[in-house]
Amino acid sequence: MDTRKVSQMGLLIALALVLSYIEAQIPAFVAIPGIKVGLANIVVVFALYRLGAKEAVTISLLRVLLASLMFGSVLSLAYSFAGALLSLLGMVLLKRTKLFGSVAVSVVGGVLHNLGQILTACIVLDTNVVVYYLPFLILSGTIAGVVIGLLSSLILNRLDYAREKDSHCDGKHREEDLNKGNFKEK
Amino acid sequence: MSDCSRGRLLRDACLVLFFLVLSVVLIFVIRSREGTGSKVVVAVEGVEIGSYPLSVDGRYVLNGGSNVLCIEDGSARMVDANCPDKLCVKQGTVRYTNQCITCLPNKLTVTVVGGDDSVEIVL
Repeated sequence: MDTRKVSQMGLLIALALVLSYIEAQIPAFVAIPGIKVGLANIVVVFALYRLGAKEAVTISLLRVLLASLMFGSVLSLAYSFAGALLSLLGMVLLKRTKLFGSVAVSVVGGVLHNLGQILTACIVLDTNVVVYYLPFLILSGTIAGVVIGLLSSLILNRLDYAREKDSHCDGKHREEDLNKGNFKEK
Repeated sequence: MSDCSRGRLLRDACLVLFFLVLSVVLIFVIRSREGTGSKVVVAVEGVEIGSYPLSVDGRYVLNGGSNVLCIEDGSARMVDANCPDKLCVKQGTVRYTNQCITCLPNKLTVTVVGGDDSVEIVL
């Protein structure tokens, strides 16, 4: 792992933590536990598209660990960890198919995150009554996923534009990069 | 952008629509299976610690004081909890079977059970 990547990932983890902190300040507006926008997922989706699957997984899991230590509890760590793992798995696989855009990827991420949390709740509470919340959590995961997906694609597009203006690279190069779908530095 | 090609946009929209329809259908399925509840069962980590009839008004201190349950006019609601977010209090009232109030920090669930047997007609 080169220095550039280390600093890039450090920056992204810090950004994700700031977003987690901002989100923790927003009071819960719906009574069902687990419903939120998941602002930090913008960073994860960005990393997934611009750095790669391994980097996105690392950033997401470190973010969950650090955020739970700082703003949460041991129990919230278990919920978030299960949600993050399941959602990362779904997002990476869905992106691999190359059939869907970032909105669908982030929607699947949001829904699976909530599913992971419900499954954890089933184990922790040792009951299946929480399945009652499933439809509401699918709904909220979808809406949150659309919001995060749109925001991410906005950011991805703008950063590409900024980078294009910045690097003065010729059209051919850029075309190549676009086709490959990544912007790794040479 | 390659990310916004028409095919992907369409498939994205289909996927979003699929999840929206799925959740609405599931909400209707759950709603249709709800019956009139006769009592609430309180459980901590899946172990039942008490049950209270919905027909009797009352105020119950649960789980050594972590939560306070209030039953009024055939419906139950959490009126107090010792956790910071108080999500269980915000969850409002439950009265139909399978509806539940969940308090994740205290690992406590309140579930409405027993439907039709509450209206037993003795001939």
